Amino acid sequence: MFSLLFLFSFLLQFFTYHRKSEEIKLTMAAEVMLMNEIEATAAQMGIDMNIDFSSIQLPPGENCGIISDDDDVYHDDQLEFDSGFGNVIVVDNLPVVPREKFEKLEGVIRKIYSQIGVIKEDGLWMPVDPETKKTLGYCFIEYNTPQEAELAKEKTHGYKLDRAHIFAVNMFDDFDKYMKVPDEWAPPEIKPYTPGENLQKWLADEKARDQFVIRAGTDTEVLWNDARQSKTEPVYKRTFWTESFVQWSPMGTYLATVHRQGAAVWGGANTFNRLMRYAHPQVKLIDFSPGEKFLVTYSSHEPSNPRDANRVVINIFDVRTGKVMRDFKGSADEFAVGGAGGVAGNSWPVFRWGGGKEDKYFAKLGKNMISVYETETFSLIDKKSLKVENVVDFSWSPTDPIIALFVPELGGGNQPARVSLVQMPGKEELRQKNLFSISDCKMYWQSNGDYLAVKADRYTKTKKSTYTGFELFRIKERDIPIEVLELDNKNDKIIAFAWEPKGHRFAVIHGDNPRPDVSFYSMRSTHNLGRVAKLTTLKGKQANALFWSPGGRFIVLAGLKGFNGQLEFFNVDELETMATAEHFMATDVEWDPTGRYVATSVTSVHEMENGFNIWSFNGRLLYRILKDHFFQFLWRPRPPSFLTPEKEEEIARNLKKYSKKYEAEDQDVSMLLSEQDREKRRMLKEEWEKWVSEWRRAQEEEKLERQKLRDGEASDEEEEYEAKEVEVEEVLDVSEEVLSFEE
Amino acid sequence: MRPILMKGHERPLTFLKYNRDGDLLFSCAKDHTPTVWFADNGERLGTYRGHNGAVWTCDVSRDSMRLITGSADQTVKLWNVQKGTQLYTFNFGSPARSVEFAIGDKLAVITTDPFMELTSAIHVKRIAGDSTEQTEESVLVIKGPQGRINRAVWGPLNRTIISAGEDAVIRIWDFETGKLLKESDKESGHKKTITSLTKAADGSHFLSGSLDKSAKLWDTRTLTLIKTYSTERPVNAVAMSPLLDHVVLGGGQDASAVTTTDHRAGKFEAKFYDKILQEEIGGVKGHFGPINALAFNPDGKSCSSGGEDGYVRLHHFDPDYFNIKI
Repeated sequence: MFSLLFLFSFLLQFFTYHRKSEEIKLTMAAEVMLMNEIEATAAQMGIDMNIDFSSIQLPPGENCGIISDDDDVYHDDQLEFDSGFGNVIVVDNLPVVPREKFEKLEGVIRKIYSQIGVIKEDGLWMPVDPETKKTLGYCFIEYNTPQEAELAKEKTHGYKLDRAHIFAVNMFDDFDKYMKVPDEWAPPEIKPYTPGENLQKWLADEKARDQFVIRAGTDTEVLWNDARQSKTEPVYKRTFWTESFVQWSPMGTYLATVHRQGAAVWGGANTFNRLMRYAHPQVKLIDFSPGEKFLVTYSSHEPSNPRDANRVVINIFDVRTGKVMRDFKGSADEFAVGGAGGVAGNSWPVFRWGGGKEDKYFAKLGKNMISVYETETFSLIDKKSLKVENVVDFSWSPTDPIIALFVPELGGGNQPARVSLVQMPGKEELRQKNLFSISDCKMYWQSNGDYLAVKADRYTKTKKSTYTGFELFRIKERDIPIEVLELDNKNDKIIAFAWEPKGHRFAVIHGDNPRPDVSFYSMRSTHNLGRVAKLTTLKGKQANALFWSPGGRFIVLAGLKGFNGQLEFFNVDELETMATAEHFMATDVEWDPTGRYVATSVTSVHEMENGFNIWSFNGRLLYRILKDHFFQFLWRPRPPSFLTPEKEEEIARNLKKYSKKYEAEDQDVSMLLSEQDREKRRMLKEEWEKWVSEWRRAQEEEKLERQKLRDGEASDEEEEYEAKEVEVEEVLDVSEEVLSFEE
Repeated sequence: MRPILMKGHERPLTFLKYNRDGDLLFSCAKDHTPTVWFADNGERLGTYRGHNGAVWTCDVSRDSMRLITGSADQTVKLWNVQKGTQLYTFNFGSPARSVEFAIGDKLAVITTDPFMELTSAIHVKRIAGDSTEQTEESVLVIKGPQGRINRAVWGPLNRTIISAGEDAVIRIWDFETGKLLKESDKESGHKKTITSLTKAADGSHFLSGSLDKSAKLWDTRTLTLIKTYSTERPVNAVAMSPLLDHVVLGGGQDASAVTTTDHRAGKFEAKFYDKILQEEIGGVKGHFGPINALAFNPDGKSCSSGGEDGYVRLHHFDPDYFNIKI
């Protein structure tokens, strides 16, 4: 009897749950799981579960002695978040006072702690000795949020009330942890070494394909780009893999996902296993170091006092061990960089990595300084920041430990703006350039760190408008010569600028919408290697973004947003357009890491047309895939090639020899494909024919009955039309010609 | 050939229907007045006045003598096609969404919307040969599916009724008993509201269009899914060529969600697909707004489309159309 009642209450719970699940839109999966649980419990108790739930009807007004917890459960769920003790702190080393002074002390404590956050109602509790009626020298304070509690702990730990009373503040939750520390030290257990998976296996793909990850709806999927067969091949798919976005590590080894509790990285030889987790509650943004040794995570927390700035927490993890190497906490103001008044918000990444793939340095822009840290000790180089008055922007060379920084004009033009290059870790200034009447300045590094282009917007003499010029630094040459470049029409607005990766050229979109011009320049003109020269200008292009192939030479001029997805595939070596195309409403363009394919996608900023197209480098559409609620498309990056530059050049020179093998393969595949295609079509046709003959038969069978329904009107045939192919040959002209016969 | 633009309606089109001979085209719109046109030159022949609400649907008898129309004014009316006079009015407590004559024109299936306390329902009425003997009485009433039933049609030999609507499920009902015989399953079936359903000329298979951006081809007798045609936008209307293996899908963004940036954004094209290979073969542009109705002339040489913009566009195919190869 007991078990039956138990089951009954279980069923009832299931019902209430079920009803609620509709309200709060629990997923089907959850329901199924619940059902499984019930079944499992029932099986344990030996109860036959073959009951039609919908057939059970409770007598009206009768609850069988079981109180419906419909509403309560829901509220309980909500409360659970707050019922932990993460928002409680314990303040120790308070004065011990008699009852008369109790209220005064309480007032003092309340004053101190309510400055930091909102103390809950009845959230301050100072226990009293029941015999002596004196306080015990400590109290508990409960805040609204754990963040406030943590802040209070940080700010008041060591607070001197007077000489004898220095506060010792702890999180309530930490007590448990400290109590568990064993009294004697035991050597840590050494786990036997287990070899990890080959995380680079995707690079050894036989067909040399590339992978990409897409996020659409709740699904995240990693796919091969099988361009030869014009389709994708699935690698791994998971629903609810991430809670906000995914990101590849810079060399493609890991895929990072972001969750409420923190970030995680995934990888493996054949599938995607979770390799490591990085706890960081409410993480918003993540960033890998270029050599993927470190992961920076960022979160920002609303203060309970709306006048305060958000609190920012940044952790730097070691990717492989998952250890926190350094954490930074503070108010959002301290991490706000750039922008005129420093109120422009945080620009991400806050920490910029320098020194190439070795992950040696990272730096942060501060007020009148740049803080450069090194990863050996995770502390400031020379224990102090680089002092630069009024610095507003900086950027690292992608390969060398060189910082380029920009200081704007000061004192109404008395002190010119300047760009300077600083070498790390010695902090020597390598080069400096003063610039006059500057309104704004942007720095662009070439991918090998060979060149730095500084785009400087200058005021005209009247100060009413600006014009743009470029200062081009040749970093690798002696004394770092600087060249000034102005456009042919220097009043043109610059819409986009991009260096050729690994190359000596750059492209600029300039002029006025709707049809700006695109110009290409080379840092090595034909007769003088040390001078910049214009290669060509393309007039009136519908483009507002430039996408160089990672291998250089080819570029996609894209008209995104306002231009509705115009694409032009341009060969800069030959200075010719290879193809023009359109991916209507395209929002993103990305080259694959080898420069063979281009992906254009329409993400869910638009409601319609969501999905992506894959193009060859020369602008041939290979295939298109439509996905509703399409959020992300990311090619899996590849690590740098092991080939020496000499070897690469050799391959480029003897490309014919190397490509022969692949051409043959391509041919085979295309033969196979057309064969497969024909086969598939034949199958479809056959299948269809089968249906059609089935229908004819049925139609024939039912003929008489149909006639009857129509009062004997026998006219099935006359309403059927049939398409017939008729070939007509016509002789248009016959002419005879005598051809002379030569020996 | 240039399409013939037929302007006669003042409100969005809702339904199009050719008679069996293919010489007349009946159009319904939200403007209360069903209209009949010459199907070859698009000349307006006449209108049927009497409804007091949007007209959602119509059907014409095999002998082109009688027209039946269903309207939001909660009535279904029988008309004399030639004279434009009302023969009979069926009254319902809720708007009528779809009507179809059975084989032999002695029965008609009518669906009504959920309205006030009434749930949606499928009604079957006997159509008397002489309209003076016509009665209000229903032969059969089927209730059950949730939400609007957007379309109900007769199965082979009037033995079954096929219904589809807002709950995205296609159902086959037994006409004799009113029992549910078959249901499309969740896996292979549509995911969102089914907006339209059209039968092949011989009734052996039918095509359903849905807001889930796809159209599906089913076997009428077994409810087997045969083909799926996917597109980029919600499908409001479907049609099948009686002549070639082509299907046409029309639709577009919901009128209220149309962006003002680019007329192409809404995709108001009628798209042609190869029926067997399921590949897109072409499109017909023109409507300024979503397409709500599509119909093929029974000879397969022309088709017409009706849009939210209030126009009917009549397309006579070029000779090239009949030689499309993919």
